[in-house]
Amino acid sequence: MVVLLKTIMISGRTLGQGATCESKTSSEFFKATSFCSLSEGDYNNLRIKEGENVLVTAPFGQVVVSAQNDDGLPPGVIFIPMGPWANVLVGPDTGGCGTPQYKGIEVEVEATDMKVKDVRELFADLDKAERKVRS
Amino acid sequence: MIIKGGTVYDPTNGIFGEEMDISIENGKVVEKAKTGDVIDAKGLLVMPGGVDAHAHIAGAKVNTGRIMRPEDGRRGLEPKTKLLRPSTGYTVPNCYAMGYRYARLGYTTTFEAATPIIESRHTHEELEEIPIIDKGALTLFGNNWEVLECARDGDIDKLAAYISWGLRASRGYGVKVVNPGGGEAWGFGGNVTGLDDPVPDFDVTPREIIRSLMKANEMLRLPHSVHLHTNNLGKPGNYATTLETLKAVEDIASSMDRQVLHITHMQFSAYGGTGWRDFESKAPEIADYFNKHDQFTMDMGQLIFGSATTMTADAPLEYANARLLHAKWSNHDIELEESSGVVPLSYGRKMPINAIQWAIGLELALLTESPWKILMTTDHPNGGPFVNYPEVMTLLMSKPKRDEEIATLHSLVPKRSTLATLDRELDWGEIAIMTRAAPAKILGLKDKGHLGIGADADVTIYNLNPEKIDPSKDYKKVKEAFSLAKYNVKGGEVVVKDGEIVSLPQGRTYWVDATVPEEHALRVEADLVDKFTKYYSIQKSNYMVQDAYVTNPMVVKAGVI
Amino acid sequence: MIIEDVLCPFCGCLCDDIKVEVEENQIVGVKRACRLGSSKIRGHERIKAPMIRVDGKLVETTYEDAYEKAARILLNAKRPLLYGWCSTVCEAQKKGVLLAEELGAIIDSTATVCHGPSIIGIEEKGLAGSTLGQIKNRADLIVFWGSNPGEAHPRHAQRYSSNSQGKYTPEGRKGRKVIVVDVRKTRTAKNADKFIQIRPGTDYEIISALRMIVAGKGDTLPEHIAGVSKADLEEVAEMMKSARFGSFLFGLGLTHTRGRYKNIDNALSLVAALNSHTKFVVMAMRGHYNVTGFGQVCAWETGFPMSVDFSRGMPYFNPGETAACDVLGRRETDAMLVIAGDPASNFPKTVVEGMADIPVIQIDPFENPTTYLSDVVIPSAVAGVEVEGTAYRMDGLSLRMKKLVDSEYPSDEEILANILECVRRLRDDN
Repeated sequence: MVVLLKTIMISGRTLGQGATCESKTSSEFFKATSFCSLSEGDYNNLRIKEGENVLVTAPFGQVVVSAQNDDGLPPGVIFIPMGPWANVLVGPDTGGCGTPQYKGIEVEVEATDMKVKDVRELFADLDKAERKVRS
Repeated sequence: MIIKGGTVYDPTNGIFGEEMDISIENGKVVEKAKTGDVIDAKGLLVMPGGVDAHAHIAGAKVNTGRIMRPEDGRRGLEPKTKLLRPSTGYTVPNCYAMGYRYARLGYTTTFEAATPIIESRHTHEELEEIPIIDKGALTLFGNNWEVLECARDGDIDKLAAYISWGLRASRGYGVKVVNPGGGEAWGFGGNVTGLDDPVPDFDVTPREIIRSLMKANEMLRLPHSVHLHTNNLGKPGNYATTLETLKAVEDIASSMDRQVLHITHMQFSAYGGTGWRDFESKAPEIADYFNKHDQFTMDMGQLIFGSATTMTADAPLEYANARLLHAKWSNHDIELEESSGVVPLSYGRKMPINAIQWAIGLELALLTESPWKILMTTDHPNGGPFVNYPEVMTLLMSKPKRDEEIATLHSLVPKRSTLATLDRELDWGEIAIMTRAAPAKILGLKDKGHLGIGADADVTIYNLNPEKIDPSKDYKKVKEAFSLAKYNVKGGEVVVKDGEIVSLPQGRTYWVDATVPEEHALRVEADLVDKFTKYYSIQKSNYMVQDAYVTNPMVVKAGVI
Repeated sequence: MIIEDVLCPFCGCLCDDIKVEVEENQIVGVKRACRLGSSKIRGHERIKAPMIRVDGKLVETTYEDAYEKAARILLNAKRPLLYGWCSTVCEAQKKGVLLAEELGAIIDSTATVCHGPSIIGIEEKGLAGSTLGQIKNRADLIVFWGSNPGEAHPRHAQRYSSNSQGKYTPEGRKGRKVIVVDVRKTRTAKNADKFIQIRPGTDYEIISALRMIVAGKGDTLPEHIAGVSKADLEEVAEMMKSARFGSFLFGLGLTHTRGRYKNIDNALSLVAALNSHTKFVVMAMRGHYNVTGFGQVCAWETGFPMSVDFSRGMPYFNPGETAACDVLGRRETDAMLVIAGDPASNFPKTVVEGMADIPVIQIDPFENPTTYLSDVVIPSAVAGVEVEGTAYRMDGLSLRMKKLVDSEYPSDEEILANILECVRRLRDDN
């Protein structure tokens, strides 16, 4: 049975993300930014098997990230470091002020055996190397 | 170039309406130019380029005003042209508009009224982007911890050394003092209530701060005197503090051929009454004092009705303004040095207090016998934007215009101010003194504000014939002429022609390099090392304004003999 | 050789006491910087040469060719967007504004996905602030609201806030109280005397409740406000009112969540109200080392701090309409120049889609996801390491970044000047 957790996504800075943000194609950046944190209770409820990840779905997109538990998080909140994985889930609405809503997005989370895409794969549908664009 | 046959007003050199030629060569006024263009100025008013001794044109406060007032940015929009960048703003114009608008008014030199030492890099970044005009900045010294300590200890030698260092660190031109002691008290939300109210934790009074800075200023033989914004500015009854301040320094002698103290935007410091209910003008008392004492000067700080953005290092005043008017409020306290506040507001004709304030500025000018003692300013943008200078000039020159204005104001004006009874109308010469000759003299700019041999070739030609026009009656034409110069010649180059900007030379930035005995410089150095180690949030080696920020300097030497 | 008093080109702290050891034009050691700054100064793999995308592939080319190509793209566009700006120096930012003016383009900075709402809040209420040194020397109460300097501004606590020592604060951390308000217990919260955990999206209500308590109207409040007990809020309000010098430092927890600029508006109002009880200042914890600088430069040059549209020949400012995410989201942008920023990573992916079908020029020392969407890539020198120039700290203080080593790469300023020259030449030729 797949456990579908309804939760609120917030994205933000971390030391690891900041230290690697000028080398976004590196494996260090991948490790620092392509995971999510959940409270221990939420993490356990998802029954993530060894080697599995989580699929996070928002109205505007879905993304696979690895999962950790973090005792600082309350139940019902999922944290993803700011960056390309988190931003798959953020909608375009700027609330009339120019700034998208990066925190407080309603998402559904479930365990998955899908792999976490690396940063290049994440952009495969937009990557101009994969398309021919007028120059 | 020769400016031929204009009706020249050059009060510094005793010229009041003579038909004469002005010859220019290599950016200076000369006896006779060898060759060059001829500008026909026959039948036109010719004056030296305008000199503004006090306006807030560049730096952190001004930019805070811009950032917090997009509604102001949306006014005064002028699109880019082939030559010009876009202009924005009314009370807080962008840098380009500052230069263009001053130039169109016929001004050629403007001084930023107040720069905190640690934030002077910002001031200079903005000054560098203001085209055309020559400029400088007055450095704030009234609340710096080093100043307070030197004043407490009566150590004028060390204070002079600190001023010398501070002027170099800020590339500043003179000593600006704002609500001395109050800025430091505001660090914990307090203020000082008068000259003898000690500054918390520093055991020194505003009286001691002002006296010490004046003595050090004179010891250094700086071109300008101490430039003071008095304690209790803006409060009903504050004229008493103003007179007390002047009396407190009567014994101090100037070391140069100029005033020993300049009190700025005097309108805000000339209030009577005990509260807002019985608020009234004390301009007669202030003017009377200035008429009897020759060692002091002031500037008007005239109000202009409409939108204004108040910005001052008198932070407690700004907080009070914001609370009174329920206005948006920005505050910026600066470690070890100063405080400041920015509050947008609007002056209304039917607001009794504003109407009386408006009257006070004009009263001060009309009651002060010598125009050499009182400059025309609006404390831009506190009283109003500088683009309104022609309004002030014509109010001073025309009683009918004043009467017309007073009729639109709150009825309290005739009861609380003597303005309506004053018949005096200033003439062209007196206006030339208040806007050119006197500001240059007061600032100690020997090559500005006049058209004698060797002066900078900054010349304005206005589109009116001073012999034919009666400024008392034809004030509308006069205001129009003053608003758009027919010619503005800056350093011998035509920058404005028929009200249009035609050239964008870069102005020079004046700053003072004052020498002091090494012994005292070393003592200051030791204090600074201590303060940077313990208290400042930046390193001493990163503090001073570097050469890169003043690309066209005009260094004036001074120092202890 | 050790270079002293180096400024760190990473976060809004703009620490200026870094020591860098340089040997044979290489950086071999960095002392005092935090992990973020150290990483930046030591450097990362660089884009080797300018590239132009030909048949989908990025092919190396010359700088001259890249400048020309970039100029053509921008000139051919009807609604170009010049975006980024925050990790470079003011001298480059000034060139950017000039370029935008001449193109009739929109210029916007990374502030609009960061503290842009704070700017809007300041436009509503003003900012009752101070320099960081005032907080260090005077503050006996620090409130971090929606801000996690422990991870985003690592040296802030020691240099400027919770753990700093100054004239009136000789006891440092011991002489202060630290309050943290956040939706989760962050690294910063672990150093707090009082931690208030709130539910995401409820900042506005909580701040309103605090304002009411501060104004003496707490009686009308219910026992719980958005899940937080009134007693807790009363304790926080009391701590604030009884401080000698309180400081309210806020971050993206307020700007990115429901309400955006209204949260800031409310927080600024709270601080203004607290000033009638005691001294209180507010500080926006700006992320990048020169995002504040862009706001300053843009404001003094155009009258507005961000999201400026020059298509009318004069500045038009309306975030919500003219911000980068707005125009990209509406698919209005038909060409984009990205400099000192990485929108592909930092914008919502649905907005990044707007970059996929338009020509994109990237100016950056480092490859990043924006490179995958770029058609012209121009590698630049690292400002603050290889190029000197001006930057503004989060509190508005401007300082000069140093040049530590020489570089073959041109500076951002030089690149922009070259593109501008091409634009002018091509335009005159027509």
